[in-house]
Amino acid sequence: MTEGHDSGKRGWPLWEVFVRPRRGLAHQHVGSLHAPDAAMALRNARDVYTRRGEGVSIWVVPSSAIMANSPDEKDPFFDPAQDKVYRHPTFYDVPEGAKQL
Amino acid sequence: MYGNYDSGTASSPGGPHDQDAQQRFDRLIEADQRIEPRDWMPDAYRKTLIRQIAQHAHSEIIGMQPEGNWITRAPSLRRKAILIAKVQDEAGHGLYLYSATETLGIDREELLDRLHDGRQKYSSIFNYPTLNWADVGAIGWLVDGAAIMNQVPLCRCSYGPYARAMVRICKEESFHQRQGFDILHTLSHGTPGQKAMAQDAVNRYWWPSLMMFGPPDEESSHSAQSTAWGIKRFSNDELRQRFVDMTAPQAEVLGLSLPDDDLRWNAERGHYDFGAIDWDEFARVIRGDGPCNAERLRRRRQAHDDGEWVREAAQAYADKQAARQQAARQEARAS
Amino acid sequence: MSGVRTLPPLAAYALALGDDALILAQRLGEWVAHAPQIEEDLALANIALDLLGQARTLLSYAGEIEQAGRDEDDLAYLRDDRDFRNVQLVEIPNGDFAVTIARQLMFSAYQYELYTALLGSGDATLAGLAGKAVKEVAYHRDHAVQWVLRLGDGTDLSHARMQAGLDQVWPYTEELFDPASQLPGIAADPATLRPAWEQCVTSVLSEATLDKPEPRWRSRGGRDGLHTEHLGHLLSEMQHLHRTHPGATW
Repeated sequence: MTEGHDSGKRGWPLWEVFVRPRRGLAHQHVGSLHAPDAAMALRNARDVYTRRGEGVSIWVVPSSAIMANSPDEKDPFFDPAQDKVYRHPTFYDVPEGAKQL
Repeated sequence: MYGNYDSGTASSPGGPHDQDAQQRFDRLIEADQRIEPRDWMPDAYRKTLIRQIAQHAHSEIIGMQPEGNWITRAPSLRRKAILIAKVQDEAGHGLYLYSATETLGIDREELLDRLHDGRQKYSSIFNYPTLNWADVGAIGWLVDGAAIMNQVPLCRCSYGPYARAMVRICKEESFHQRQGFDILHTLSHGTPGQKAMAQDAVNRYWWPSLMMFGPPDEESSHSAQSTAWGIKRFSNDELRQRFVDMTAPQAEVLGLSLPDDDLRWNAERGHYDFGAIDWDEFARVIRGDGPCNAERLRRRRQAHDDGEWVREAAQAYADKQAARQQAARQEARAS
Repeated sequence: MSGVRTLPPLAAYALALGDDALILAQRLGEWVAHAPQIEEDLALANIALDLLGQARTLLSYAGEIEQAGRDEDDLAYLRDDRDFRNVQLVEIPNGDFAVTIARQLMFSAYQYELYTALLGSGDATLAGLAGKAVKEVAYHRDHAVQWVLRLGDGTDLSHARMQAGLDQVWPYTEELFDPASQLPGIAADPATLRPAWEQCVTSVLSEATLDKPEPRWRSRGGRDGLHTEHLGHLLSEMQHLHRTHPGATW
């Protein structure tokens, strides 16, 4: 998964974490963390979000991969069909040739 | 508290001026509803929140230093375990808060840059040293006590991700305060040497804890806007008074005195009266002239710099693995 | 105060395993607030806590068997370094992150085999502890493996540092498999732990593009109370406050 950024300076990519606290319940979004890849993201999520034994199942998803449609959250530039979770500059693929974005 | 004081943001609106969006935002705030990441929000609201939440996060991370200072010297294995767990929680709280800040459209690396170069601050209390074991107790009892006072109202802060992070944090925080109180109680009922240690810690941590609530209301210029936006629920002085009222009786249970000759119950007011805070000291410490400011930042920067080769290696490995998987897929398709 | 030489064999065994865990927990505690990433502060603290928990169980048990009235804190804080029975591997300084991770891989891989073997111990306390600990150390080992792979097969710089860390730590691994006290059916025979350990470590190093070191020396004597010069300093720091207030409760 490439973000096109200088990893040393920009840091590891952002992942959203979902935890199912108990069998029978659905996964719930609990927050985000930075990790270099999925394997580390899962392990970090276990350490950060399930320290007190909460969590039967953990999902991690690159934040940039999540498509959102939240019509209730009104934003003049919001694309109603599909958009990103946050207005985060690194989530958007920079078009070829666009330099100072 | 960690950002309760002077946040220093401009209150003039920037960004796109959309009447409907502003009205919608105002209605949500009025109805005590949550603002979520994709909502339109005034630029100043966004900036204020970024600063406040990030400074709260920085406080948790920097706070790991004074307490971490005693992990290797904890006087019993049980206390060592509890302290490691506490400091670990603080790292976790910092992460929840960086996570909440990032929903506002800013990167953690940028926030760390601002911490490292002094553009963003952290709670002044962590610029004081932990000189004896009892300081660990004092931090739990007083500092975490003050933090809880501020954090419970923040669970109803107008910005959704911040409020939710605070709910998580509050659940974990009550254990911290109780542990601090327990350490001090054991000390104050122990040997004369232990009791003296506890009293010494409280003598040094009391006033700085009161300063954690920020300057007096009349000097807090940006509080009005933060209150209007549902970020700040109670004034500095209100929270400070509540803290004194809660803590003074606890000191009696501990059998320790608080270093304030003017501290006494005022039946008429229904509150404790307390002495004058040295606001010059507060200003000095905020400015960088506290006992540990330079050291805290130096160590933080060093940890970050020393870790760069590790972070780069992890990213390089991830990139290599991705490339290998890509190559393997192409090969599979070609065959 | 009695030296460890006079301890009943089972107590001496529990103490040795407990000292391993205690000293390594102490070393990991030193990383708090300056790990390479905040997420790693959490992970290392997590490992330290698990090891400290194992140490407390083992030290308490040793004290119980000894029946000289020593509890976990008496054993941790009032013994001198000649009475500690940990292997030297766990007492070496943290160094950089690569040294720490190399040490972690070697030790956690060993603990995994150790606790797996102890699941079948005739001693209920040891078997019970093993049941819990084997899951913990499986995670510690996995954590170390993930980092060895990333540092070994990351950048040129990380590769060099990881190899250097490995080279530094390797001479201390032989000691893990030296013959221990004879407690058939109760203790795990260290020599039997070696093949699986070797297989795990060798395959990780290979995948991480690292060379298996060929050391010209090996550490000796930890289990007999002969340590490196580092342990004395570690214990000074760890024990000082407790010793300053004899008889106090904390």
